[in-house]
Amino acid sequence: MQTDTAVLSLRGISKNFGAVAALTDVDLDVSAGQVVAIVGDNGAGKSTLVKVLAGVHRADTGTITFADQVAAIDSPAAAHSLGIATVFQDLALCENLNVVENLFLGREIRRSRLDEVAMETRSWELLRQLSAKIPTVRIPVASLSGGQRQTVAIARSLLGEPKIIILDEPTAALGVEQTAEVLNLIERLRERGLGVIMISHNMEDVRAVADRIVVLRLGRNNGVFDAAEVSTEDLVAAITGATDNVATRRVRERENR
Amino acid sequence: MTQTKTAPALDLLDERLRRGEGLKPALGAIADRIRSGDLGALPIVVGLVVIWTVFQILNPVFLSSANLVNLLMESVSVGVIALGIVCVLLVGQIDLSVGSVSGLSAALTAVTFVGSGWPVWLSILAAIVAGALIGWVYAQMVTRLGVPSFVATLAGLLGFLGLQLWLLGSKGAINLPFDSGLVHFAQLDFVPAWLSYVLVAAAAAGIFLTGYSLARARRAAGLSGRSTPLLLARSVAVLLGLGFAVWYLNQARGVGWLFVAFVGLVLVLNYVLTRTAWGRAVFAIGGSVEAARRAGINVKRMYTSVFMLCSSLAALGGLIAAARLAAANQASGAGDVNLNAIAAAVIGGTSLFGGRGSAFSALLGILVIQSISSGLTLLDLDSSFRFMVTGLVLALAVALDSVARRSRAAHGRA
Repeated sequence: MQTDTAVLSLRGISKNFGAVAALTDVDLDVSAGQVVAIVGDNGAGKSTLVKVLAGVHRADTGTITFADQVAAIDSPAAAHSLGIATVFQDLALCENLNVVENLFLGREIRRSRLDEVAMETRSWELLRQLSAKIPTVRIPVASLSGGQRQTVAIARSLLGEPKIIILDEPTAALGVEQTAEVLNLIERLRERGLGVIMISHNMEDVRAVADRIVVLRLGRNNGVFDAAEVSTEDLVAAITGATDNVATRRVRERENR
Repeated sequence: MTQTKTAPALDLLDERLRRGEGLKPALGAIADRIRSGDLGALPIVVGLVVIWTVFQILNPVFLSSANLVNLLMESVSVGVIALGIVCVLLVGQIDLSVGSVSGLSAALTAVTFVGSGWPVWLSILAAIVAGALIGWVYAQMVTRLGVPSFVATLAGLLGFLGLQLWLLGSKGAINLPFDSGLVHFAQLDFVPAWLSYVLVAAAAAGIFLTGYSLARARRAAGLSGRSTPLLLARSVAVLLGLGFAVWYLNQARGVGWLFVAFVGLVLVLNYVLTRTAWGRAVFAIGGSVEAARRAGINVKRMYTSVFMLCSSLAALGGLIAAARLAAANQASGAGDVNLNAIAAAVIGGTSLFGGRGSAFSALLGILVIQSISSGLTLLDLDSSFRFMVTGLVLALAVALDSVARRSRAAHGRA
């Protein structure tokens, strides 16, 4: 939160799929060194928003401003060259290849042939910077744990020197310790001065690591909260769109206990 | 950790790592790998020893120099075809038409070379270009129309067999002149004894030097490298093993240039698969097409190049078969060529599920197939037995592949 000037700003983004309005008039700002969490119920438009940013879908209306310039993100390659890296939930790693091979897949360091030594040293450098707990980079990704795979996927996205990194459900399907590992990793990304957009279902994870929390509901903005001040109850209310329903009552009961 | 004088290498810092550097840990790592189902070339070596022992007991001629020389020469044509199959299997596809394509290529060479009087190099080039074109058509069917490669190449199997028969016409066979360079190369050109030993020494030296320079580059970059004694031991083993094999073959006619060319082709393909971005992309696609696509690999172009390479190698294999026989006929590429090529790749350790394998599996696999074929021929058993035994070995190899795959998954290896 060193700066208030946003690296990435979205204004009035809308996206329709046929008769369904997946996103309506959505705004979003991300600054360097800031973790912005996007939360919302199923079908709130989180994934659509990520795909618009990653260049998978094109927004129907609205403007995207990147580093003070209006940018058109019409393909994954365009997003990439702007400096927006996305780590999707399925991670897209090749299980049969080892860590180094996965990190440099599609952008191998080579002179006349592949320079394995340079790639391996660069891999170690990168993993050290992220304090990643990966014992060796010469084992297939198949033998890594979920958290380690997430680390590899994030490290790979960092190779392109992005300014914004988008993490889609980075802690889903992870155990307690692995979740903590990934959250530490997100904090290290922030320290490196990256803008991080994180999609999550998990309120605890979001409040643990995010600076700002953007709530989407039925494809619209439904509040922006400061993570340090907001209560879980308020968040759940914003997500569900009601102050009195089964979800908020559960939260209230638990907090009063 | 006896080798390191200073701080441990960059890649050996993690305390959970169980291996250090040196000879003993290296052997331990190999044992670990095998136990977890990463079998490598072990089953095939064991298989070869069993097959050779059985046939030697049944017929003492089997392991004679003369028979082994023949065995190697006979294995080249299908071996070259199997190299192409390895590539197709690595990207998780299949080409069932390699037999027909090889037959077509034999017919095409014979018709243009003997029938139309083209120079031999032009006939060879035409056959290989035709092969590449066939591969291109398959790739278009697979990538643009979404036809499974299994079906596209099955159609090709029939279609190109028909084209081969039509080309050969009513005669059904065209003999290649014995005095042509092609036939001479395939049948009579052998490496002089002294040169064969020089080649073996060069191979051992080459293995040591590449290993040593890699280890030095890794140490310079602060990574662990293989220790020099280990590298020396490896290349001495190669020197002795290959040296003995060549000496034994030299008791008869020696090593054919044709076989040397085949080994050269295997080495080139191995280099391309393991040391170039193209090879890395082949393995990536075999592992996960979606991941490869998102990494920016042009999957369609990769499929196209792999199918073209496979068909071209099939055409080359057909050419070699015709040259060995000094004729192209209706039986060229027919019968068991197709399945032998696929069986060789699989028996040699290339997975049917994509993403695992190596160029050497074609070499090792074809040695098994050809040993069976040669042994049964020596026993005066006809092709009925050959089919049954080869079928059994193929079933065993595929079963082993599946079991090893499950074991690897359980032990966390890809």
